[in-house]
Amino acid sequence: MAYPPDLKKLIKLVEKSRPKRIEQAKQCLMYEPMKLEEQEDIIKKFHPDYIEEGKRAIAVGPNKGYRVANEFAEILEAYSRIDPDKFNLARIDYSCDILIIGGGGAGTAAALMAEEAGASVIIATKLRHGDANTIMAEGGIQGVTKPDKDSLYCHYLDVIGGGHFKNDPELVRTLVSEAPHVISWLEKLGTMFTKYKDGRLNTLHGGGTSRKRMHSCGDITGCEIMRVIRDEARNREKIKVLEFSPAIELLISDKGNCCGAILYNLETEEYLVVRAKAVVLSTGGCGRLHIRGFMTTNHYGATADGVALAYRAGVPVRFLHAVQYHPTGAIYPEQVEGVLISEKFRGAGAHLLNIRGEQFVFECSPRDVTSAAVIRECSERKLGIPTPIGTYGVWLDSPMLEIINGTGYLQKEFPGKHILFKRFEIDIAKEPMLVYPTLHYQNGGVNIKKDTTTNIAGLFAAGEVTGGVHGENRLMGNSLLDVLVFGRIAGRTAAEYITKPLDIGEPTLEHVRKYHKELEAAGVPKIRLSPKLLPDYISDKVKMRRLHPSILERI
Amino acid sequence: MANAKSQAELQKGLTSDDVKVTEELIPIFIMGKRYDVPKSLTIQKALEYAGYFLIRGCGCRAGICGACATVYRLPNNYKVEIGIACQTLVVPNMYIAQIPFFPAIKAKYNVEELKVGTYTLGEVYPELYKCMGCNTCTRSCPMDIQVMEYVAAAIRGDIKKCAELSFSCIMCGLCAARCPAEIVQYNAAMLSRRLAAKYLTPPAKHLEKTLELLQKKVFEKDLDEIQKLDEKELRKAYSEREIEPIETEEFWKPKDRKHLVPIEVVED
Repeated sequence: MAYPPDLKKLIKLVEKSRPKRIEQAKQCLMYEPMKLEEQEDIIKKFHPDYIEEGKRAIAVGPNKGYRVANEFAEILEAYSRIDPDKFNLARIDYSCDILIIGGGGAGTAAALMAEEAGASVIIATKLRHGDANTIMAEGGIQGVTKPDKDSLYCHYLDVIGGGHFKNDPELVRTLVSEAPHVISWLEKLGTMFTKYKDGRLNTLHGGGTSRKRMHSCGDITGCEIMRVIRDEARNREKIKVLEFSPAIELLISDKGNCCGAILYNLETEEYLVVRAKAVVLSTGGCGRLHIRGFMTTNHYGATADGVALAYRAGVPVRFLHAVQYHPTGAIYPEQVEGVLISEKFRGAGAHLLNIRGEQFVFECSPRDVTSAAVIRECSERKLGIPTPIGTYGVWLDSPMLEIINGTGYLQKEFPGKHILFKRFEIDIAKEPMLVYPTLHYQNGGVNIKKDTTTNIAGLFAAGEVTGGVHGENRLMGNSLLDVLVFGRIAGRTAAEYITKPLDIGEPTLEHVRKYHKELEAAGVPKIRLSPKLLPDYISDKVKMRRLHPSILERI
Repeated sequence: MANAKSQAELQKGLTSDDVKVTEELIPIFIMGKRYDVPKSLTIQKALEYAGYFLIRGCGCRAGICGACATVYRLPNNYKVEIGIACQTLVVPNMYIAQIPFFPAIKAKYNVEELKVGTYTLGEVYPELYKCMGCNTCTRSCPMDIQVMEYVAAAIRGDIKKCAELSFSCIMCGLCAARCPAEIVQYNAAMLSRRLAAKYLTPPAKHLEKTLELLQKKVFEKDLDEIQKLDEKELRKAYSEREIEPIETEEFWKPKDRKHLVPIEVVED
């Protein structure tokens, strides 16, 4: 899987332009960033969000008429997996104070805070505890920790500018204000941040940051954070975890409160009822819906289940029209297609180069701008590098980092990627990587207030399932921050909520019944079910053989 | 591997264009049963190609979550090979089985209360001392971690070394599955990392300072101000931001201190 000879020839052009580029970088000469107007222009022309084809207005629910990608519309315009008229809610399989749906970063942070406040917690998760996009976040976590050169104002401005000035200001303020607390919390829990000898935290740039405030743990920041908070959760007596048990419906009481959920045991195929005083939704993102057919960096379970559940129960969504394509997904070799090549490479100074070995965009532009620039390079300008399977990419010049920082730098700072490419006989300290934008993040999601409450009493939401904090475009390092900031708040708010005298009422599935009627009226075919739970990658060849044509006709 | 078509769609419009045989197929044996799969696939994609719908044994699909630990043997070779399914290419005639779960001991502890010393790890995980130095763990690690070395460090009480050596661990469990001494290496390593970060690495003083400043609410006025800006004003402020250069030393000083805490307050 080493680079074929044709690509090796093209790498020579990268090597040829490298000495001059390194010289310029050392003199702090950066590739000219685009003006705000230029940025907006390139996004409108080349970013997939702005292509009307492939979108449609949602036919039902609280945001009826809102135009989103077809793949989102498909999971929202869909029936429940259960029949609300026949399902027995009287049988209770589990009960607890707080049910947390989703066992990634947000859910686990919420569980820790809720447990500390005295609540009994169940985390219901689709796969294993910690199987989430959190574990895959590589680059880092933003937060102001160096007040001699940085401030909450600067962080706020970066976040809202990156989000096209559309973000919910209250959520942004909460995000940046809580960030230092989160970093400190992680440090005290025993997270191995990359530090100088005296304990000073290493910080790097991310796309769209005005200051170096990206804290990292090598190139496996999310993995390290998830390992630590999961370990902590496993130490706590009052946190119980139900793995391989995704929620497929929320329970809403006759008094309008969220009071539990129906889970589906993926292995035994049983439906289970969990009763709770409060529910935290932390189900993560949508990459495995393959919006617009893009490859994705996301976890196997990222199918936007929480958005479907909450929407059906009447929670509005926002910013769902904005999907983030990470500028640098691996596109060669094919086995690692879609895999995230962290922005930390560019934060550390690696250049993006076209087929001629020339820079074409300021590497630390916001993600949507950089993605649009890469797409332009590979389409309109015809300066992309062709791969053996007919796709195009651009170079990410990792070897220049090795030259600037000394031998062994890449292996030390990017151990994950170093070993990954080594398996395919590519040494990223010597040869550049081929990259192309890859579906990365669900900017939008369910509507929350800054205390993570939704419009349904007893239902809280945190992390990628929510929308508003990042506006139309999230900056690097703000997703790990988001899940921990709002996960922690959700845990605390939910724990506080249940201490009040509550008249929760009796659980019903009335919302499902109502939603089904709306779907029928809109003519949505009954075979369409959601949540999707898992993507289906079984080969077409096998599927063809599975069912006899006569059965297919009946479906 | 974008959205797979539904079965109904497939059946309806099927033409020979839909069937592309462009790649050489090789035989592999999934739990002893033969399937022919394209030779460029990873084990994970080969399982799906063969018709397996994965529930366990599949996670991030990017080599970082440890869900897809796999063991296999090659023909005419006594060796047990290991790999993570999403990162390992298929080889002709390989015999595969996944180990999506292996029972393990995870001690419960409170890191706030643990006293760090030579015997800390051994007290929490006494089975560490059963290590007989066979090195099977290291040979079973898909991340090329020197597992036996970090176990040795743990036994010696060198918590920091154990933490550093085990840093890339994805907790796939292959080491524990194959250990004749029945040690759960990765859980001991997990504890070592938390202890090393918490007790054996100096805390970040500038972070403590930031928390102090937060408590004094020194940032609030600027935040009130920026929250009041309309989009036009925000755009102006955003365009005029001073950007810290990428290649610069740690103690870079911005020229514009308008929205920073006065330096004398920071250094106070």
